[in-house]
Amino acid sequence: MSHYVSPIREPLVQGNKTYHDITEDLASPTEKAPGMAWKIGFLLSVTLLAFGLFCIAWTIWVGIGSWNLNRTVGWGWDITNFVWWIGIGHAGTLISAILLLFRQKWRTGVNRAAEAMTIFAVICAALFPGIHVGRAWVVFYFFPYPNTRGPLWPNFNSPLLWDLFAISTYFTISLLFWYTGLVPDFATVRDRAKGLRRKIYNVLSFGWTGSAKHWQRWESLSLILAGIATPLVLSVHTIVSFDFATSVIPGWHTTIFPPYFVAGAIFSGFAMVLTLMIVTRKLLKLEEYITIGHIESMNKVILVTGTIVGVAYLTELFIAWYSGYVYEQFAFFNRAVGPYWWSYFGMMFCNVISPQIFWKRSWRRNVAITFFVSIIINIGMWFERFVIIATTLARDYLPSSWSYYSPTWVEIGIFVGTLGIFFTLYLLFTRVAPVVAIAEVKSILKTAGDQYTGPNAQHHHHEEHHVAASENVEEIQNDEKQD
Amino acid sequence: MGQTKDIIYGLYNDEEDLLRAVKQANAAHLEIMDVYTPFPVHGLDPLLGLSESRLHIAGFIYGMLGTLTAFLGMTWIFTKDWPIVFGGKPYWSVPAFIPITFELTVLFAGIGMTVTFYIINGLGPGVVNPTIDLRITDDKFCIAFDKSEVDASQVESFLQSSGAAEINSKTI
Repeated sequence: MSHYVSPIREPLVQGNKTYHDITEDLASPTEKAPGMAWKIGFLLSVTLLAFGLFCIAWTIWVGIGSWNLNRTVGWGWDITNFVWWIGIGHAGTLISAILLLFRQKWRTGVNRAAEAMTIFAVICAALFPGIHVGRAWVVFYFFPYPNTRGPLWPNFNSPLLWDLFAISTYFTISLLFWYTGLVPDFATVRDRAKGLRRKIYNVLSFGWTGSAKHWQRWESLSLILAGIATPLVLSVHTIVSFDFATSVIPGWHTTIFPPYFVAGAIFSGFAMVLTLMIVTRKLLKLEEYITIGHIESMNKVILVTGTIVGVAYLTELFIAWYSGYVYEQFAFFNRAVGPYWWSYFGMMFCNVISPQIFWKRSWRRNVAITFFVSIIINIGMWFERFVIIATTLARDYLPSSWSYYSPTWVEIGIFVGTLGIFFTLYLLFTRVAPVVAIAEVKSILKTAGDQYTGPNAQHHHHEEHHVAASENVEEIQNDEKQD
Repeated sequence: MGQTKDIIYGLYNDEEDLLRAVKQANAAHLEIMDVYTPFPVHGLDPLLGLSESRLHIAGFIYGMLGTLTAFLGMTWIFTKDWPIVFGGKPYWSVPAFIPITFELTVLFAGIGMTVTFYIINGLGPGVVNPTIDLRITDDKFCIAFDKSEVDASQVESFLQSSGAAEINSKTI
C-alpha cells in the first residue's frame, strides 16, 4: 500500500481516479451492449472459427492426406502453428506470475487480459497435436490410464509425452490462476447487477464477500501460484524445444534450444499482448489504465527478448561453422540461402531488425508504431518456427529424398480457424469479465495514481502521513516490512 | 445460512481511516466480527490478530504428493509392470523421469491449493453469502460487529468517533 515511490515514477493510473471511478470504468463494459466494432470483429472471428472447424472435420474425415506432408517433411504448418500458439501464451504467465514475484506494479493494468490470452492461445495450440496424429478419436491413448491392453503405458522417456504433461499442467494452472484473480471482480460486477444477471455473477463469484481473512488467503494463494507458475512456464517451452533438441536432425540437435525457445516465446507473447491491448484500450476506453507507460514497459521487454533471439540466431550460425560438422553446416547454409530463403529472411528482418527501433524512446511510446511492429513480430515468430521445422526437414541426409513442402487449403484453413477461435474467445471475454483487474488496480492506486505520484501529484502522500496521521507511522513501517 | 446474526457495521471511505479505526477498536477492547474491503489492505492482518495463512504448507504437501505419484508411478511401470528397453537405456532411467515429475508436482500443488482455498473459505459455485453492503466490493471499507458479542451503544459511539461515513444495523 504505502511504501515509498520515487516521484519520477510514471503514474500507472491516470485521470485522478477514485476507487468508485475504477469500479465504474472497468466494470461497465460488461454491462453495456457491444459497439459496432465489436460486432463486426465477432462476426469475422466466428466466420473464421466456423471455417477452421470445417477444415478440422475435413482432416479427420479424409485423413492427414488432405495435408501436403510427405515422407520427408513430416511436420509442417501443424507443428509450426502449435509452437507459435504456445509461445504466444507465455507472455500471459510472464506478466501475471514473474512480474508479480518481481513486484512490478504495471502488471495490474494488463495481467487479466494477458492471462486470458494465455488460456485461449493454449487451447489453439493443443488442437494441433490432437489432430496431427491422424486418428483423433484415439488421442486419449496418450494418457497413462489403466487400460485393457495390458495395461499398456505410454513411453515416459519421450519428449512428446513430456510435452503432453507440460501443456495440460500449464493450461490447468493458468486457468486456476486466472479464475482466482477474477473471483473478487466478478463479485464487484455481481453487486452492481440485478435479477438474473446478479444470480449468474453470484455463481461466477463463488459467493465472495471481501472478508479480511479471505483476502489474506487470496494473496497467499496468488503468490504461491505465481511461484509455481514461473518455473512451469520456463519448463513448458523448454520441453517444447526438447521435441526438437533430443532428435538427431542437424539444425535441431542443439543445446541452445531451451533458452532460445523461451526467449522467443516471451518475445512473441508480448507482441500479441500489445496487438490485443492497443485495440482493447482504444475500444473500451481504457487509456487511463493501460497507459503509454505500460506500452513502453512491454516494448522494453520486446527489445530485450528480441535481441536475445537475435543473439541466438547468430550463435547457431557460429556454432554450426565452429562445430566442423558438415551436416550441421549444410542445415544452416540451406536455411539461409536454400529454397526457403524467404522465410529465413522474414524471420531475421521481423524478429531481429524490427524491434531494434525501440531503442528510441519516442518510438516505443508511439502507439501506431508499436501496433505495427507487434504485428510484424507475430509474423516473424511464425516464420521462425517454420524455418526450424519445415526447412530443416526438407533437406535431410539423403539428397534423393529431398522435397519441398507447401500447405494445402486445409492446413491454411485450420490455422486461420485457430485465429478465429482465439479472437472469438477473447471478444467474448471482454463482454463477460472486467478486462483489467479491478481489485488489483485499486490496491496500487495510492502508490501509482497520478494524483499521488508523478508531475501532477496533488497529495504529497508521505509528508501528509507523517504529519496528519502520525499514529499510522508504525503501520506503514509494518507494511513495508511485509512487502 | 441457517442461523442469523444481528450485526452493526460502519463503512469507511478510505483504507487509512479503516486501519486507524481498527486500531482504536483494539484499544477500546471491542470484539470485531470481521472486516470487509474491496481489495487486500496491507497491515490489516496483524491488527485483526490473523495468523499467517498456512496455505503454502498445504501446497507443499500436495506438491510432494505429486512428486511421489509421478516418480514412483513411472518407476513401478517401467521396472515392474511392463519393463521395456528404449534406445538401450536402463529400465529405471531417472533423468528422463524428471520433466513429468516436475509437471505433476506443479499440477498437484496448484489444484490442491486452489481447491483447499475455496473449501476453507466456504466459497464455491452456488454459494450465496449474505451481503452486508453492496458497496463493499466497490469503494467502502467495512468493520462489522456481532451485536451478541458487543455493547451496541458503545460500538455506535466508537464508529462515530472513528470517522465512519455510515453506520447501519442489519440481520444477516
